[in-house]
Amino acid sequence: MSQFKSLQSLRKRQSPLAQTERQLKLLEGGIFTEEDAPRFEERILATLKAPLRSKQLDILQVNLGYMCNQVCTHCHVDAGPDRKEIMTINTMEHCLKAIKSSKVKTLDLTGGAPEMNPNFRWFVTQAKACGVDEIIVRSNLTIIVANKKYHDLPDFFAKHGVHVVSSMPHWTEEKTDRQRGSGVFNDSIKALKMLNDVGYGQAQSGLKLDLVYNPSGAFLPGDQNALSAEFKQRLDRSFGIQFNDLFALTNLPISRFLDYLIASENYDDYMWALVDAYNPAAAQAVMCTNTLSVSWDGHLYDCDFNQMLQMPIQDERQHISEFDNDLMNGRLISVSQHCYGCTAGAGSSCQGAVA
Amino acid sequence: MSYYDPKDLRKFGQITQWSESLGEKFFEYYNSVFKEGALTAREKSLIALAVAHTEMCPYCIDAYTKDGLERGITKNEMMEAVHVGAAIKSGASLVHGVMMMNKVNKLDS
Ligand code: SF4
Repeated sequence: MSQFKSLQSLRKRQSPLAQTERQLKLLEGGIFTEEDAPRFEERILATLKAPLRSKQLDILQVNLGYMCNQVCTHCHVDAGPDRKEIMTINTMEHCLKAIKSSKVKTLDLTGGAPEMNPNFRWFVTQAKACGVDEIIVRSNLTIIVANKKYHDLPDFFAKHGVHVVSSMPHWTEEKTDRQRGSGVFNDSIKALKMLNDVGYGQAQSGLKLDLVYNPSGAFLPGDQNALSAEFKQRLDRSFGIQFNDLFALTNLPISRFLDYLIASENYDDYMWALVDAYNPAAAQAVMCTNTLSVSWDGHLYDCDFNQMLQMPIQDERQHISEFDNDLMNGRLISVSQHCYGCTAGAGSSCQGAVA
Repeated sequence: MSYYDPKDLRKFGQITQWSESLGEKFFEYYNSVFKEGALTAREKSLIALAVAHTEMCPYCIDAYTKDGLERGITKNEMMEAVHVGAAIKSGASLVHGVMMMNKVNKLDS
């Protein structure tokens, strides 16, 4: 996919796809209007005998901002150094209040590069004091070696028992750099070694380091266990790197990945691949059923993807400052055809395969 | 119009429509073959890719290239598999040269 590589965000390039309405229009058309592909909501209705609804709140996923030191070709956030949206301390305080008043088990921090938020460390420390079972930081790895001020992040993570989840699209430099930018592979290896050195991914350390794999082009991820075994063997043999689990994620057809699919003329085939791989068992366990997503400005969404498509939750309370536990009691989920990305094959969520 | 339409690959399953029992038997057999066994599913995928090329089947090349990518198989590994197929195919032609030599030796004093 190198010939379609974009070095700037869609926003910066002033691409028409930076408009979420345009993305949604594309998703609703194509094979769903010109061919006979069944729509996601029909499939869900047939599987669940009811529309998709939230069940309970286990995970609060907070997006700390769209700023990132990388510009990956597939990014569903359209993140990059030019994105200035950053969560304020005031919004973080509302998140902490929500955590205290709920039974949230996991706080899942994402971005952009969440570590670039100037109040990132304060937020992690405060959240820890609130007593959540688990704090996940979705780290792009390279941020750890990008600037001196981030070099001690592994120590900070270890001190607070943060569960680190890092992107790693392949064990080869060529494939990783094509997707994530030149030099990313070597920097990621350096960062993984630093994390290993403080105990991450090592047996009995209790410090969890998971990797996220997502395909480098217009194809679906293979079996998560097989990929995990392969990554473990290759990263250990070549670099002596250890990690706990690997999550195989499907690329959802939104934002920069949607742009790539269209430019490379893979869009219709990819949508058919998702539709054909629909798995009713995965549909029972999509992550919007137990996760609530908070955007950098405090708005609430069913998931990080709906956040990027600016599809608001179906409730009057739209902001984290209005959080209430009953928000997750059977709230109707806003769906479109991108949702097929969550139900293909073994299913896909921020915690990996679901079926 | 070409005889081969990439869209037809998706319709492969429909062959059961005109002979249900045989079609289903085939797919059951096919799916069993590709399960993890004495060989890994990954090894089987590479064998399938090599055979797809010797059979010169566009549908199989399409399917097993994608299958390889999904499994994280690299393009170098895929190309080596294709060379294995090509080497056997050309070797199979060339080894028949022995037949030609035998015939020449028998007929020509
Ligand atoms: S894209 Fe979001 S709303 Fe749609 S199924 Fe996946 S998690 Fe649920």
